[in-house]
Amino acid sequence: MEIKILAESFDPWQEIKQYQNSAKEIKGKVGATSIFVGTMRDFNEGDTVKGMMLEHYPRMTEKQLANIIEEVMQKWQIIDALVVHRVGNIFPDDPIVLVAVWSSHRGDAFDSSRYIMEALKTKAPFWKKELLASDDERWVGKNSDGY
Amino acid sequence: MSIKVRYFASLKEITGRAEYQLDFSKSVTVKEIWYQANKDKTLPDNILAAVNMEYVSFDHRVNDGDEVAFFPPVTGG
Repeated sequence: MEIKILAESFDPWQEIKQYQNSAKEIKGKVGATSIFVGTMRDFNEGDTVKGMMLEHYPRMTEKQLANIIEEVMQKWQIIDALVVHRVGNIFPDDPIVLVAVWSSHRGDAFDSSRYIMEALKTKAPFWKKELLASDDERWVGKNSDGY
Repeated sequence: MSIKVRYFASLKEITGRAEYQLDFSKSVTVKEIWYQANKDKTLPDNILAAVNMEYVSFDHRVNDGDEVAFFPPVTGG
């Protein structure tokens, strides 16, 4: 299991490949890999958004994400999980978050990765401040509905 | 007892501070810490609180050396 908070841009596909190659203990056991990648949109609430600043609470973020993964491992048959999240300044199309879950069967992979993502949205202390096309700045007040 | 108080995101801007120490002569709750630190500011409805990086209710009683954080609803992902 790994949690990474990155201040620089990342390539989610490279992260997955790198993690899979290094996690030798999962080889031969995985029957399902579920991957979620969240990227930045250039619009929100009817406005054009040209950039975003992502703030977080260092250490509490990692702690909460570890709690979520721990909870998931109690609930589903998970072999391994990787969560990567950006902080700092990001721009449209930049990856914000990667959740990857490895399990023996698809049900556990799908359900647990969805659970991690929804729990992250409500428990991991990250905050987004948008830079609009008008150059006004605006804190994002709430998440969009996940379902 | 000494408590470290931290604010994040919009609350950091509203309060004009990121972190500082507060000293109390008796046991206090998270809510009492907010009002001690922000005498002129009502506790906003949707604010969340954490003590030592775990979510708590505003009635949670803090201990010497605790880190208390206040922040708006989280919006990551």
